[in-house]
Amino acid sequence: MSKTQITAEPGIPQIIIAREFGAPRDLVYRAHVDPELLVQWLGPRDLTMTIDRYDARNGGIWRYSQKDTEGNQYGFHGVFHGDPSPNAIVQTFEFEGAPGHVCLQTVTFAEHGDATMMRTVMAFQSVEDRDAMVASDMERGTRDSGDRLDELLAKLAVG
Amino acid sequence: MVDDQLSLVFGALADPTRRAILTRLAEGEATVAELAAPFSMSQPAISRHLKVLEHAGLISRSRRATARLSHLEAEPLREVATWLARYQRFWDESHERLDDLLATLQAGPDNGPGSGQAATQEGNDT
Repeated sequence: MSKTQITAEPGIPQIIIAREFGAPRDLVYRAHVDPELLVQWLGPRDLTMTIDRYDARNGGIWRYSQKDTEGNQYGFHGVFHGDPSPNAIVQTFEFEGAPGHVCLQTVTFAEHGDATMMRTVMAFQSVEDRDAMVASDMERGTRDSGDRLDELLAKLAVG
Repeated sequence: MVDDQLSLVFGALADPTRRAILTRLAEGEATVAELAAPFSMSQPAISRHLKVLEHAGLISRSRRATARLSHLEAEPLREVATWLARYQRFWDESHERLDDLLATLQAGPDNGPGSGQAATQEGNDT
């Protein structure tokens, strides 16, 4: 059972990613703005992640790339809007393989007792952009199964 | 890249009545009257929803005597499930790694394995 909740409503150009972490709010926040920490967790294990710039302040630029085992490289960059804080990290996000398709990402951290609820809202320019992003080859290997379909139908029924 | 079929499916799924119809059809085929029963909606209104679902390839329809039966077509839904599963996997794995990192950081007085390390993380595979 995965603990990361991803909500992608049909017809709305938005994705919400939510997850609770068993760590203090400041630490979870730091893992998002300190490039030495970020590089250790963002992306699947078999992608090599390189952070070229990560200037986490108002107007600061960030860029990183991920290389797969076949040597294909995928670059991403954007700009921070406002000084990041545990209240919110606001930044733009652009996949260099699709220039001009920019996403606005807001990450918030809420204290839940000893744990921290992290919530990321990604706002895309269009539903098509959103769908293309999710369908992109940033991720590998998927397997469909009747279980997944059941889960999907259950989710659709709730929505 | 936008898959037209995927767009059609998402358009069809963007309506709560149509999602409820699909959930009902997941239990088995049904007539228009049976599908209309749980809703305060006329049968022609339900028929319009069925037309959208059929156009998106989410259902197929057949006749039994005078009744028209609708069947769920699972394949386009499976594509949608796959679409989201890829993204889910990316974040699941990232967040598992973040969990591990946070545990390490909390266990040690120093910064754990992150301290002094260059901002490049090699993959585990060759």
